[in-house]
Amino acid sequence: MDLSLDDTQQLVRNSARDFLAESVDRLYVRDMEDDERGYTDEFWKSVAELGWTGMIVPEQHGGAGMSLIELSLVLEEMGAAAAPGPFFSTAVVGAHAISAHGNDDQKSKYLPRLVSGELITSLAILEGGASWEAGGIRMSARRSEDGWRLNGEKVFVADAGVADLFIVAARTGENGPPEESITLFLVEASTIENNKMERLESVADDRYYVVDFQDVVVPPDGVLGEVDGGWPLLKQTLDLAAVAKCAEMVGGSRRAVDMTLEYVKERVQFGRPIGTFQAVQHRAAEMATDLEIARQFTYRAAWALSEGKGDGTEVATAKAFLSEKFSEICASAHQLHGAIGYTQEHDLQIYSRRAASAKVAFGDARHHREVLAELMGL
Amino acid sequence: MRYEFTAEEEAFRAELLEWIENEVPEDLRGIGRAASDEEWENELRVRRQLADKGWLTLAWPTEYGGQGAPMMQQVIFNEEMVYHRIPGREPFGTRMLAPTLMVHGTEEQRRKYLPPIARGEVQWCQGYSEPDSGSDLASLQMRAVDDGDDFVVNGSKIWTSLAHRADWIFFLVRTDPDAPKHRGISFLLAPMDTPGISVEPIINMAGHHSFNQVFFEDVRVPKENLVGELNRGWYVAATLLDFERSGVDYPAQARRTLDDLIEYAHSTLGADGEPLSKDPDIRRKFVELSIETDAARSIAYEVADMQAHGEIPNKEASMSKTLGTKLVQDVYGFGVDLLGMYGQLRPGSPRAVLEGRMLDMQLTTVAFTIFAGTTEIQKNIIATRGLGLPRG
Ligand SMILES: Cc1cc2nc3c(=O)[nH]c(=O)nc-3n(C[C@H](O)[C@H](O)[C@H](O)COP(=O)(O)OP(=O)(O)OC[C@H]3O[C@@H](n4cnc5c(N)ncnc54)[C@H](O)[C@@H]3O)c2cc1C
Repeated sequence: MDLSLDDTQQLVRNSARDFLAESVDRLYVRDMEDDERGYTDEFWKSVAELGWTGMIVPEQHGGAGMSLIELSLVLEEMGAAAAPGPFFSTAVVGAHAISAHGNDDQKSKYLPRLVSGELITSLAILEGGASWEAGGIRMSARRSEDGWRLNGEKVFVADAGVADLFIVAARTGENGPPEESITLFLVEASTIENNKMERLESVADDRYYVVDFQDVVVPPDGVLGEVDGGWPLLKQTLDLAAVAKCAEMVGGSRRAVDMTLEYVKERVQFGRPIGTFQAVQHRAAEMATDLEIARQFTYRAAWALSEGKGDGTEVATAKAFLSEKFSEICASAHQLHGAIGYTQEHDLQIYSRRAASAKVAFGDARHHREVLAELMGL
Repeated sequence: MRYEFTAEEEAFRAELLEWIENEVPEDLRGIGRAASDEEWENELRVRRQLADKGWLTLAWPTEYGGQGAPMMQQVIFNEEMVYHRIPGREPFGTRMLAPTLMVHGTEEQRRKYLPPIARGEVQWCQGYSEPDSGSDLASLQMRAVDDGDDFVVNGSKIWTSLAHRADWIFFLVRTDPDAPKHRGISFLLAPMDTPGISVEPIINMAGHHSFNQVFFEDVRVPKENLVGELNRGWYVAATLLDFERSGVDYPAQARRTLDDLIEYAHSTLGADGEPLSKDPDIRRKFVELSIETDAARSIAYEVADMQAHGEIPNKEASMSKTLGTKLVQDVYGFGVDLLGMYGQLRPGSPRAVLEGRMLDMQLTTVAFTIFAGTTEIQKNIIATRGLGLPRG
């Protein structure tokens, strides 16, 4: 047991802090909420230059070959800064899906461009029922003379508006359990007509879209992994994404706690700082305790996935806990800020809105609690 | 970063488990509360076995006859002892007084007191709290007056666990009533059979005799029994409290209890004819408590990891105590609920389920959020010492 960061990891964290302190301020975050694409070319270029897009991409494809632990350190800082953009879709989901499940051709075709920032990816799996289970995937993929034809609608497709490549899950077999009849496809954005996309308006101004795939043609080499063998691969990517999301949430929680501590030391009522009141102190102590647990759960899960250890408990525990606690920490932060934190002008609301979005991404608390119940033999 | 035990650490666990399997018969295993005379005999028997293995003093430095074991080995030891309900560990001598003497004691005191503690031969008790001084410990009033070679002590201590079993007591007294309250306290040691010391039992709400009131009437304590400097006893005591607070015992106890309850829920049918473990409400509660257990354990590990890296945990130790004690209350409370009508049956009652342990421990653990610094005091510490909020 050794919970400390090594030198490289400390370096990664510090450089992430430095860069984000300089390039993502509150004005940028606000501007980008109203921006069509949600990020600037300059930001994206810098992120790629820092090597972050390729953090978990193997070195032979131009990446840094690091693990989810290092990526989580960056994501924690991104979450703290509330940095917007397609980083998660690309550097977490796309980078993992292609690196872990792609064949050599697919890797050499897409990964170098992903690392250099030229290729943005997007995950298209959820459908009408928005279930994270295999049974929720109904979109059909049928063989045709030119490869495959996809038909069906996907919702909550993140960053679809700027994506160059979609990772799409569809059913290739109608008989048998869904877990054994799902195939993953790499679908180039150029094959989908633009008018088949509609942006959703969501609490955190995420770039979520409905994408209607109508007779979209995917060539035979667009299959990611094996035909009918997509679900276990997708599960791996979803697990990794859940932990990565937790890392972002740890960062957001940390900011909410820090903002609150600063505020209660300064704000004076009844002739003294409100931080001297015990009701305030105990609430702060509870927030700090939850943050500490959140951090431990998240890095333990990141470690487990990086090392191929654990049985899923670590992932489900982290996401079940964070899904509730990030929001609770924000709620306490609001309470201790009084009316000022209720304003749009104040930064706190940015984090509460992110919490509302993150808690349901890659499985909500209920979903992960059920995973745990199964693992506990219940 | 490594969220698992090393091969050596696991080897130690294996050795420990083998020992438990072979050397501690089922009927010696209990909750370790040592309430009855029989339980107390078990306690002492296993304690001597532990002493023979050197495990009673696992964490002590080798220069004092300990094993100098790394922090994580100590964690594993505590976890397995608690999980398997092995009696025999002894907090007052090995975990509180001994480390204090190592820091503040004279060479002579160490030579005199440490070896018998290590051999498991002497029982200590802790005389801190007084009727009018609980959380505000520094307000304590028990007087010790300088009289030649001795101090003469008058007053009383209360809630003194195991005073009725103890051979010796370490305690705090006021030696300078005119100084500011933290600066007039001294730390003394005395045999319990010193003339003038008497013990009155107090029965707790679980029906057990585990703590007492201890009265001191013109008790003569030789000056050589003063630990640390005169009037600096508060600071001597503070070292000890830091030691007392850390701990993985609570989550280990909770995990064991959850495992027992899961087995029960599998084998017991509800009104609908389905096992209780299929009931959505019950499943949810199990998972929530399991996460809570994991949380308390993670923070306890963090405390140990900080100590292993030479850092001094303070807010983390308080977090660990707060989380762990609430956890065990929640787990036993759930256990009692899960047993329905049978939840109210005491240990030993006809038809008692799971030996009546859920109820007994639900009553017993009411004290957990109170002793060793209440939850409110721990949160004060987290907020002020840990988060830097201004004191009121
Ligand atoms: C089972 C058991 C065993 C014990 N064993 C020993 C022993 O062996 N030796 C020994 O010396 N003592 C022992 N104690 C005593 C224990 O240390 C005290 O009970 C504890 O310190 C609390 O003191 P109190 O009971 O006087 O409560 P009080 O201090 O009177 O507290 C009452 C309530 O007021 C709250 N409160 C007090 N001050 C504050 C504050 N500043 N801010 C917010 N809330 C506050 C407390 O949190 C609590 O909720 C034991 C207690 C128990 C229950």
